[in-house]
Amino acid sequence: MKKFDKDRLILGFAGPVLALVSAFLLTMIVLAATGIDPIEPLRLMVENASYEDVQILIVNQAGTYYLAALAVAIGFRMNLFNIGVDGQYRLAAMLSAVVGAAVTLPGPLHLLLIVLVAMFVGAFWSGIAGVLKAKRGVSEVVSTIMLNAIATSLIAWLMLTKNLGVQIEGSNDLTTGDIAESGWFPAVSLGDGLELYGFTFVAFALGIVYWFALNRTRFGFDLRATGASESAAQASGVDAKKMIITSMLISGAVAGLAGMPQLLGETHTYNLAFPVGVGFTGITIALLGRNSPVGMLFAAFLMAFIDKASASLDQNGYAKEIGTIMKGLIVIAVVVSYELVRRYGIRRQQQKVGEELAAGHAMKTEKEVAA
Amino acid sequence: MRRITRIATVGIASAALALSATACGGKKSSDASASPSESGQKSAAIAYDIGGRGDQSFNDAAYAGLKKAETDLKIKGAEAEPTDGEGEADKVQRLTELARKGNNPVIGVGFAYAPAIKKVAPKFPNTTFGIIDDTSVTGDNIANLVFNEEQGSYLAGVAAAKASKTGTVGFIGGVEVPLIKKFEAGFTQGVKDTNPNAKVLSQYLTQPPNFDGFAKPDLGKAAAQGQLDAGADVVYAAAGLAGSGAIEAASAKGKWAIGVDSDQYNQAGLAKYKDSILTSVTKDVSDSVFNLIKSVEDGKPTIGEIRYGLDKDGVGLADSNPKYKEMADVIAAVEKAKADIIAKKITVKTAP
Repeated sequence: MKKFDKDRLILGFAGPVLALVSAFLLTMIVLAATGIDPIEPLRLMVENASYEDVQILIVNQAGTYYLAALAVAIGFRMNLFNIGVDGQYRLAAMLSAVVGAAVTLPGPLHLLLIVLVAMFVGAFWSGIAGVLKAKRGVSEVVSTIMLNAIATSLIAWLMLTKNLGVQIEGSNDLTTGDIAESGWFPAVSLGDGLELYGFTFVAFALGIVYWFALNRTRFGFDLRATGASESAAQASGVDAKKMIITSMLISGAVAGLAGMPQLLGETHTYNLAFPVGVGFTGITIALLGRNSPVGMLFAAFLMAFIDKASASLDQNGYAKEIGTIMKGLIVIAVVVSYELVRRYGIRRQQQKVGEELAAGHAMKTEKEVAA
Repeated sequence: MRRITRIATVGIASAALALSATACGGKKSSDASASPSESGQKSAAIAYDIGGRGDQSFNDAAYAGLKKAETDLKIKGAEAEPTDGEGEADKVQRLTELARKGNNPVIGVGFAYAPAIKKVAPKFPNTTFGIIDDTSVTGDNIANLVFNEEQGSYLAGVAAAKASKTGTVGFIGGVEVPLIKKFEAGFTQGVKDTNPNAKVLSQYLTQPPNFDGFAKPDLGKAAAQGQLDAGADVVYAAAGLAGSGAIEAASAKGKWAIGVDSDQYNQAGLAKYKDSILTSVTKDVSDSVFNLIKSVEDGKPTIGEIRYGLDKDGVGLADSNPKYKEMADVIAAVEKAKADIIAKKITVKTAP
């Protein structure tokens, strides 16, 4: 079909590799500059990651991160920056937990209902930003950030005991009530209470769906075309406004799924300690993985690794914030190195084309001389 | 062609994933380090709440208890801090690791540990688990350390109403959760019972799941400035680390601040502003932690609900500030209110 493009592949890998290497080096420099052994914390992190229980935490977390990254990536491919994944994820998790606790249905139906509610709520919340963008030209960056803040307040209000919240006797926590066991997603048990959330596999499977939908369907083509140039896509018959709303809806629906591994596999209720910030990590992962399903998978594992492997550093006398520093440096390094690699790629291409032209010209003149 | 290679990559990636999760299994994070019991020394562990050690407040109080146990009981103390945005699985992991390393007791600081303790405690029947601020999880090896925060806050309300010249006082809650509402309820009732015409300005810094209100001093500072501008001259901040910002703001304007959890007048990190700290509502987390560790060391772990109220000096009002000690009428009013609460003549509300 196509010639195997070695250059493109090498350049594709160069970006992330350059970013990671420089981020790790910078972390070591920061550690050394503050008078901390630069090697030992990193060695401890690798050691931590070799333990079975930490590995399970990493895989489970990676599933959640991967879903959030997919949600962000769908927007990115369409040239839309959905910063609201975090709010969509939290609101969806909360409301689907409420619905899940309120009903009892036979197993698969119960699960399906919870998942559908989560997707619907996520899509609804991002859809607001989509409609505002399509109809009124409001930047989705601004509207999704604001919707995040609104989601926080809305959840806080809904979680009051006079509304949907439940406060268990003697507890200072607020929950949405426990989901009956029929609404728990089956997990892969590895013995000794270690469990891989079943929904983690759904998350990775969605990566394949994402790849297929974007690269092998008419819709995916329209989406990428609109992302590349809205006016050109419009000229070739794509309804750009409809595409904006549709892609925001899909992005939000996937964002809504991001809470499912945690909700259906672990807590079975939405409580005050439900994790936040997942959507923002998703942005980092989508950037690092360059919106590619495989790249994001690796990036999700990397972020989960940094999170979980750094968690017990403080018990060895090192600050666990080393992990946070590392994540921050990765983000900066990604932006810088991708730009460097892009420029290098363009220069290289120009050079190559120049050389080929010159060679062609030389050949022509030789022929002329011979004639 | 391209499609096949992509699919192959995905396949390899997931196979590698499955392998890494199962093949090299069996080894747990806690198997590595020699358990303290082998080295002959007993040890106790605490797992911190949001903010971690160094919050000059709630977590530091728990740390003080552990520290005291280290010196008085000659045990080894272990600590673990949470990561931002972590889930329940991470808390389960942390407690499991601490328990498996042989620490006894293992104490979860804060109600957020309740679901995790419910899962971990049954797996370690010989380890005592403590949880602060929660009585919803119970078991044969779970100690629930709870406090009557509203009673201490009531006394703060009495002191604030007496010390205020403008008749306006401020309450700053870190995060709008039921626990902090207990502080607000007690404080407001104390103010109103002392001076029915007084005005209480109430404000929460953040709403859950945003717990910045316990962690970011700038939020506390901004809120306190707002209340001071609105005429308040005593500000009570129940906001963990964020409360130190409120204390700073009150100090800058020469007004009173009331601290929380620890006796903040004596906190090294707040020494610069201590003259403005009228008093602190103490919550004797430190003693509760120490007592539990001691009971385990004595071989008679105290299990079940252990409630610390005004009667047992589990909550109270600090009097370290010499200026506070000079205010005879304030102290008299506070003492009277304290006696009335202990004698059950006053019942303090737990929700506003």
